[in-house]
Amino acid sequence: MALQLITEKWSGEVSVVTIGAANQEGGTRSHAVKIGGEKSLPYLFKEGSLPNKPQIAFEILDIMPSDWPNAVSAPYGKTLNDPLEWADKCVRDYQAGILCVRLLGSHPDFGNKSPEEEAQLIKKLLKKVSVPLVILGSGDDAKDNLVLPAISEAAKGERCLIGSAVQDNYKTIVASVLADGHNIIAESPIDINIAKQLNILISDMGLALERIVMNPTIGALGYGLEYAYSIMERSRLAALAGDKTMASPFICFVGQEAWRAKEAKADDLPDQGIIWETLTATALIQAGADLLVMRHPKAVEKVKEYIDNLFRS
Amino acid sequence: MLIIGELINGMYANIGKAIKERAKAEIQKCALEQIESGADALDINCGPASKQPLIDMPWLVESVQEVTDKPLCLDSSKPQVIEVGLEAARNKTIINSVTADPEKLDVIIPLAKKYNSQLIGITISKKGIPQNKDQRLELAAAIVASCAEKDFPVDNLFLDPIVLPVNVAQAQLKDILESIRDFKIISEPSPKTTLGLSNVSQGTNVRSLINRTFLTMAIAYGLDSAILDPKDKELMDALITAELILNKHIYCDSYLDAYKKK
Repeated sequence: MALQLITEKWSGEVSVVTIGAANQEGGTRSHAVKIGGEKSLPYLFKEGSLPNKPQIAFEILDIMPSDWPNAVSAPYGKTLNDPLEWADKCVRDYQAGILCVRLLGSHPDFGNKSPEEEAQLIKKLLKKVSVPLVILGSGDDAKDNLVLPAISEAAKGERCLIGSAVQDNYKTIVASVLADGHNIIAESPIDINIAKQLNILISDMGLALERIVMNPTIGALGYGLEYAYSIMERSRLAALAGDKTMASPFICFVGQEAWRAKEAKADDLPDQGIIWETLTATALIQAGADLLVMRHPKAVEKVKEYIDNLFRS
Repeated sequence: MLIIGELINGMYANIGKAIKERAKAEIQKCALEQIESGADALDINCGPASKQPLIDMPWLVESVQEVTDKPLCLDSSKPQVIEVGLEAARNKTIINSVTADPEKLDVIIPLAKKYNSQLIGITISKKGIPQNKDQRLELAAAIVASCAEKDFPVDNLFLDPIVLPVNVAQAQLKDILESIRDFKIISEPSPKTTLGLSNVSQGTNVRSLINRTFLTMAIAYGLDSAILDPKDKELMDALITAELILNKHIYCDSYLDAYKKK
């Protein structure tokens, strides 16, 4: 008798979030990126369709990064001094299809740039590169509430992904994103109950659940990866069982976490950081990550290969 | 769990009147209110006073499916009434119900197959209502066997152990709860279970409390579906909370609201 696969029938699916608006949609991006839409657990192709490949965004900062180990800053050379050149290099030299800009320079401790300066930067960046953008604040709640509305307006109509909304600070950013036609990142501290609550709070303000991308907060390999994995798995199981409040795609800040590991920073083993970032990313892809924010071009290349291989069969 | 709203029933004065006067809007309002409150499917019953159920049933079905595509639970003991309902239905359907008598099963199961409908089997027969859980299980097994014989998929079958009022058959309620669990082991895949909840509190003066207490206990025994009043908010909140405690939903502070968004 032929071996019969036991497959699960799911009633729910992950929502599809579109990042970037091209000309015909009122934006100026060269293309849009779609994430989500899974109808099965990760890569069980026989169980349900997985219409969109995981995407990788290159992470750039608006200021020279102070804590990036040499191994990860070296490929970008002098462009690290200039976010526009840095962005251009990611797109031109490394074929980035999407960029993630972190406005760390607006943080009171890292330069305290004004909302107007950041808005100007975003406008210039939108001219310099044509890929869709993920835009993050500095993580300082009070300052983000000033900066994010300004950059949201500056990028109006470009359908960016803007973050992060957190449980104690979401109203201002949701209102801006709603008004300017963007998507939002809902961030929870590796806590599924807060993740769900935040999605409900955001949708109660009128932003459709289909415009939310969840940042479940992850740990790198050796630093809580399996905890993040289990949270993501449980969220995804709920989504597939029909819970729309848990059906948002995931964004995972892989580069940020991987390059924080002491193993990644080991000076005598320059490739180890690349391996760390690659393995953290591939494990999270198996947990259901839809958008990975990464740093090292070589790690990105490896992970892209991995994704292509997954979809080849 | 599958919540079947019970309020479109000619036995209720407002619905009985609406059927008689062909007040479609009244029926549709009742349908939408139940869905708004969390019903996943709607029971449709012309009521005992209907003089022309063969005409009333399709009229009810058509009135309701003008405003919703939720499944309709066609509620009658008469096969002809069920069949005219099935003919009129575009929405998914559940036949409510068939007893464990062979002559009923021989008629209703082919109907369910022909119209691709789900089916509720009640553990009752000509001999009357079973007096203990062994009799219930025997009748349930007869229904499952008949389905299997007629090639009707058992996962489209709901078994109803027949809930009796607490002030009539107090000693039986524990057996009824245990039957919910027992029915599951009759076959693989398992039949589903459902019950007409409100009967448990018939004739008492604390109906809502008895309903919701019995429902939460039944959910703990593995109940898959119930026919109930979804507009009873405390009942619905107890149902959602019982499922939460069984880890069927992820907790969050707004879990009651979240259930309605699902």
